[in-house]
Amino acid sequence: MLRIEQLVKQYRTGDRALKGIDLEVPDGQVMALIGPSGAGKSTLIRCVNRLVEPTSGRILLNDLDIRSLSQSKLRLVRRRMGMIFQEYALVERLTVMENVLSGRLGYVGFWRSYFRKFPQSDIDEAFRLLERVGLAEMCDKRADELSGGQRQRVGICRALIQNPELLLVDEPTASLDPKTSRQIMRLICELCQERKLSAIINIHDVLLAQMFAQRIVGLQLGEIVYDGSPNGLTPDVLTQIYGEEDWEATIENVEEEDLEDEALDGGPDREAEHKKTPELDRDRLSGLT
Amino acid sequence: MTTTTLSRTWKKPPFIKSAFLRWTLGLAVAIYLALAFGTMEVNWTRVAEGIPRGQRFLAGFFPPDFISRWPEILDGLNESIWMTITSTVVGIALSIPIGLGAAKNLAPKPVYLFCRGILAVSRSFQEVIIAIFMVKLFGFGPFAGFLTLSIATIGFYGKLLAEDIEDIDPNQAEAVRATGASWFQWLNFAIQPQVLPRMIGLGLYRLDINFRESAIVGIVGGGGIGATLNTAFDRYELDSAAAILLIIIGIVMVVEYSSGYVRRWMQ
Repeated sequence: MLRIEQLVKQYRTGDRALKGIDLEVPDGQVMALIGPSGAGKSTLIRCVNRLVEPTSGRILLNDLDIRSLSQSKLRLVRRRMGMIFQEYALVERLTVMENVLSGRLGYVGFWRSYFRKFPQSDIDEAFRLLERVGLAEMCDKRADELSGGQRQRVGICRALIQNPELLLVDEPTASLDPKTSRQIMRLICELCQERKLSAIINIHDVLLAQMFAQRIVGLQLGEIVYDGSPNGLTPDVLTQIYGEEDWEATIENVEEEDLEDEALDGGPDREAEHKKTPELDRDRLSGLT
Repeated sequence: MTTTTLSRTWKKPPFIKSAFLRWTLGLAVAIYLALAFGTMEVNWTRVAEGIPRGQRFLAGFFPPDFISRWPEILDGLNESIWMTITSTVVGIALSIPIGLGAAKNLAPKPVYLFCRGILAVSRSFQEVIIAIFMVKLFGFGPFAGFLTLSIATIGFYGKLLAEDIEDIDPNQAEAVRATGASWFQWLNFAIQPQVLPRMIGLGLYRLDINFRESAIVGIVGGGGIGATLNTAFDRYELDSAAAILLIIIGIVMVVEYSSGYVRRWMQ
């Protein structure tokens, strides 16, 4: 379980990105963090693994205070937190396999990693994960040869091979088309369920957040202004998070698409639809489309 | 008629905003250039004497004589190639830690300043000046040349490495750091892949420069083909000198072409 208490981040420029955040993410919960640009979403998840140093407050992962850790202890805790990035952040000149295995760097010594002699169990796990996301044949391709959706899948594998307890996901769909975005969000949520992971997903697409997350937290100017179920996002709440705008259209759309989605998953012609989706997927993955 | 009254004029904003400053600067440059060219002394009788001398000089180059001084040329070439390769390898090896320290996004401030200082010193002296100093310290011969070129390589390669590291994509670096990688693992997985192709290309480029410079440092006593060339000029064996020059041109062209090829292939 992740517990954040009175977290404050003040940048050297004087900007207070986070103004005393209190937040609890129980095990196995997928939580979406929404809010306008500059609300502090990225800062918040980067404070959790201290890619950004918090100014004050406490961050507890299973009662271990992350802020008090030395650099070497911090490395050990970072292994337990997988991170998925906007724009994928794969090392472009490394192969897919090397990118996935880089998720194990916290577990192996320098020379083993330098000569790419990772333990067999790591390599098995890497292949298992790549197969799970449909990219096993791509393992020796360079990361910059892949499409956006494929890259993000590799990014997901890199995070999961760490065997994390918590996923920190920063705008996973920001540079993907709407269909791929949904596939990626669905994949992340499925994997979280399979592995009983909790996740914090930064996302600026309200629709996607509502479709996939169990809980939504709205951030505005470094403060939490909404914390509740996806259904509770009324026009008033959205106005509070993002400011004045005509939200009716967005919310109506969400409901329609939710229904559509339910029809896909649980409707009478479920099987036919299910068959269709994987086939399309395989085409995509083998580079046919 | 009504439309013309609505149209507004637009001009590209000038590079220097203040009109006064703009005109003063322009005028100052013009006056200086007029004075500089006006006071240039050209002794036309000397130029007239120099032209036939140049013609005789060029005539002395032909035909180039590869044969009579061939053993000396071969010795010089061997020394030059030895000097080039050893100094490139040693220079690059030493410049890697210095380059890492001189990258702002890697090193803490004191280390950064120290390494930048080393680079600045090694870059502020031209090869010939370092060579003269080294010859005074360690005597004539290729060892002085080797040291000179090594120092010059550190300045060149370290600075470019540091700048290349500062230009990397920080997202890729952040992602590897987030996995719990140690500093050296992070260097190996996140930094090295991003800078390696360019650095290999620059290494070959430096090899090429070092060969050309080895001819220069020879002239001030640093050994190598430059020493042979200098001797040939001193003895007025212009045909042998021409042969040496042709060989230098040939080798530089070969290295240049092959390094360009390798660089394209590395990307």
